[in-house]
Amino acid sequence: MKRVYVNEKWCLGCHLCEYHCAFAGTNGKDMARSLKDIKINPKIKIEEKDGVSFAVSCRHCHEPLCVKGCITGALSVSGGVITIDRNRCVNCYTCILSCPYGAISPSEDGAVQKCELCIKTSKGTPACVEGCPNGAIVFEERR
Amino acid sequence: MKYVIIGNSAAGIGAVEGIRQVDKEGEITIISNEPHHTYSRPLISYLLLGKTTEEKMKYRGDEFYDRNNVNFIHATANKIKKKQVLLDNGERVDFDKLLVATGSSAFVPPFEGLASVKDKFTFMSLDDAYKLNDALASDKKVLIIGAGLIGLKCAEGILKRVAHITVLDLAPRILSSILDDDGAKVVQSHLEGKGIEFKLAGSVKVFEANTAVLNNGEKIDFDILVLAVGVRPNTALLNGIADIERGIAVNAKSQTSAPDIYAAGDCTQTLDVSSNQNKIMALLPNAYMQGECAGLNMAGGEKNFDKAIPMNAIGFFGLHVVTAGNYSGDVYAKTESNDYKRLFYSDNKLNGYILIGNVEKAGIYTSLIRERTPLDKIDFALVCEKPGLMAFTKEDRMAKLS
Ligand SMILES: Cc1cc2nc3c(=O)[nH]c(=O)nc-3n(C[C@H](O)[C@H](O)[C@H](O)COP(=O)(O)OP(=O)(O)OC[C@H]3O[C@@H](n4cnc5c(N)ncnc54)[C@H](O)[C@@H]3O)c2cc1C
Ligand code: SF4
Ligand code: SF4
Repeated sequence: MKRVYVNEKWCLGCHLCEYHCAFAGTNGKDMARSLKDIKINPKIKIEEKDGVSFAVSCRHCHEPLCVKGCITGALSVSGGVITIDRNRCVNCYTCILSCPYGAISPSEDGAVQKCELCIKTSKGTPACVEGCPNGAIVFEERR
Repeated sequence: MKYVIIGNSAAGIGAVEGIRQVDKEGEITIISNEPHHTYSRPLISYLLLGKTTEEKMKYRGDEFYDRNNVNFIHATANKIKKKQVLLDNGERVDFDKLLVATGSSAFVPPFEGLASVKDKFTFMSLDDAYKLNDALASDKKVLIIGAGLIGLKCAEGILKRVAHITVLDLAPRILSSILDDDGAKVVQSHLEGKGIEFKLAGSVKVFEANTAVLNNGEKIDFDILVLAVGVRPNTALLNGIADIERGIAVNAKSQTSAPDIYAAGDCTQTLDVSSNQNKIMALLPNAYMQGECAGLNMAGGEKNFDKAIPMNAIGFFGLHVVTAGNYSGDVYAKTESNDYKRLFYSDNKLNGYILIGNVEKAGIYTSLIRERTPLDKIDFALVCEKPGLMAFTKEDRMAKLS
């Protein structure tokens, strides 16, 4: 299965992936207009310190601790992609406690959020990958 | 192969999913004394709160039993004899491999005068929730005995629907199994702000119908009594058959001391790797993972469940509390407006943590505990401040993200 992989060597720390991720969740047509004046809460997040930066989003683990620990069954694996049924999530944050990558986060609307590889929004390639100007995020089959 | 699972909750469902990863053909039977489709037990308080429905509480979808070819029997297992489970309806069910996933029951202390209380409830199951639901009314006063997770979740669930709630506990602080003194104060004042009253370090001497007389002579009047003092593992089925200590003793493969009998979930005791002690964890993620491990091994796979730690995420009226491990060793402490953080470490290892308020990326800490990561291999000062992968060496980061 194809997954998102990042390479800190190429990451510019420009945060464009975060904007593309946030935009992909809006159903808007124009990124600048859709995100104007809002504080974005993307599912991919840049970590940066002392000139090093890299993006972190869900790894779609083979042994997804978030899914196994979810107290409601809102998280599940579908064709290798770890997805969330936002209707069944009760915001208990057991998954936030469980994920070793810090890749699942609170959101504003009563359910947690995580990268679902854009399967619910678009067209094959995740928005962060398309939006990265320096090839620091790729979408490929590795194992 | 005939697999039989007693218990239709997190551990039992984990076992079905474990078995089916290895064996698509074997016959699976679940025996449960609850008549319902598998549901998420922690959601019973959300049901009373009106935040979920019985339909949405299903722990797995409607198709679960069909898709996994599971035969469901609604009955109580009374006895295990040779390779059979004897049911209360007189039937016998043969097994090749058995999983005991019977969970735990509410512990009700033998309070003097308890029989004189008419409206008393425990809060462990969907049926308990429905019974309590029927008794609720806006003019009723509720006394909850036990300021643990279950008692307080119950309080949150019913607060808006009753006149007043008093929570009584023997311990001097609330949530005593997961919080330290200062953390408990933060959560207590949040709950008091919502209108819940606490009586701590107190106990009931005697119940006189609708009055609880405390040891210090104080009297509390109530209409509804909820008993949430604690839970006890349901181990009786294996009495005289397998080793039982505090819970059913199992190894890392979820095997009991009896051949072909496995056990998982709240009915067992498990090695807590953060303290190296055997404990009853009574938490859903552990129940699922131990059940899955049992299932895989029952079906001939190879799996160890050997990284268990106590860990809990719980929220009350929007205030989140996430905790894991044990609280021994040196302390990193930070309290910032509404955010409370404590990290406990010794011998180059993180032992446990408490986060209240901001719980973002808590899993980074959980993983440091679970993996027993040597702290001198990471930037511990950074991770204390800000959990993230940045605290790992470049090599480890690349490995994690590759
Ligand atoms: C109100 C409440 C809130 C909770 N909140 C949380 C939370 O936020 N996070 C968390 O991690 N955990 C929470 N828990 C704990 C969690 O629900 C349990 O850890 C989990 O359900 C354990 O799963 P289990 O499969 O081991 O056992 P159980 O869920 O207890 O299921 C055991 C099943 O076996 C059945 N059974 C027992 N004996 C027999 C028999 N002889 N014959 C037939 N059937 C039998 C029982 O009726 C039951 O249906 C909460 C529990 C409660 C009650
Ligand atoms: S959210 Fe975390 S634990 Fe779950 S699949 Fe993604 S990376 Fe793995
Ligand atoms: S926050 Fe939602 S998705 Fe996460 S464990 Fe709780 S119910 Fe499951």
